[in-house]
Amino acid sequence: MKVKLRVTVMKKPGVLDPEGKAIGRALAHLGFAGVEEVRAGKVIELDLDAESEAAAEAAAREMAERLLANGVIERFRIERLAA
Amino acid sequence: MQAVILLFPGTNRERDMAQALSRAGIRHRILFHSESALPAGTDLVVLPGGFSYGDYLRCGAIAARSPVMEAVRAHAARGGFVLGVCNGFQILTEAGLLPGALLRNATLRFLSMDCHLRVETSDSPFTRRWTRGAVLRAPMAHGDGNYFCDDATLAALQAEDRIAFRYATAEGEVTAAANRNGSRDAIAGILSENRRILGLMPHPEDMTDPLQGGTDGLPLFLAIADALAAA
Repeated sequence: MKVKLRVTVMKKPGVLDPEGKAIGRALAHLGFAGVEEVRAGKVIELDLDAESEAAAEAAAREMAERLLANGVIERFRIERLAA
Repeated sequence: MQAVILLFPGTNRERDMAQALSRAGIRHRILFHSESALPAGTDLVVLPGGFSYGDYLRCGAIAARSPVMEAVRAHAARGGFVLGVCNGFQILTEAGLLPGALLRNATLRFLSMDCHLRVETSDSPFTRRWTRGAVLRAPMAHGDGNYFCDDATLAALQAEDRIAFRYATAEGEVTAAANRNGSRDAIAGILSENRRILGLMPHPEDMTDPLQGGTDGLPLFLAIADALAAA
């Protein structure tokens, strides 16, 4: 079956995110008030052909652990998208 | 062959590296990333600078998973020498051969300038020609050189004398201003547990001839030549 998954990769808490900080400063320059913190990450969408949704999610998890995210500095979450 | 320089798509400092190795009398050849084996008799693997795979995903992430890196892993496990400079350092951390990671420079700016490095240990095949506390000048050119590791890793690097170089002033003082990319503990280069793998962000290979403005980086390559001769 075809399964669409979205892997979101974000920096771990405590890891400096200068990109997020720069976006936050730019938002302040535009006059947006109350922006306390901005964090930037990556979104990777996968179209998989798998036996089941569970198998597709397990495969995506392994992909994230081995390549898509760097466990030293990042964490990830996987969500199913409507096909 | 004594040394192999790995070439990935986007690597661009392999010729500077080849010249530096030649200046130290180290025989070398350039090897393409699709090879699955190193030439017989390879003592040293060098990962030069550049922008392998366009820095896609994370700097060095794709190169770290290419076929030739399995052979490099086996070479390292046998106690072989490995040197990674700039993108090469990023690839070594992505491959798990050195701890930590290189983040975007704290200022978000690409830094292209000379920097000064303080030699933090002379106890390695790469730094033996210097005394601890010696200062050298080297160019740096990177957007992602901000060394990061967790507290436990930093404590281990310090306790095991595995910090090879720190960013410093010309006088050898480690200051926040000299640590331009924001690296944790001003770390510019680190050693593996067996001290035979060195990764660093600045480019000592580009300071090995008077025409490059100086020869501050030459002792690193001469020290490697000593180690290869003794091996």
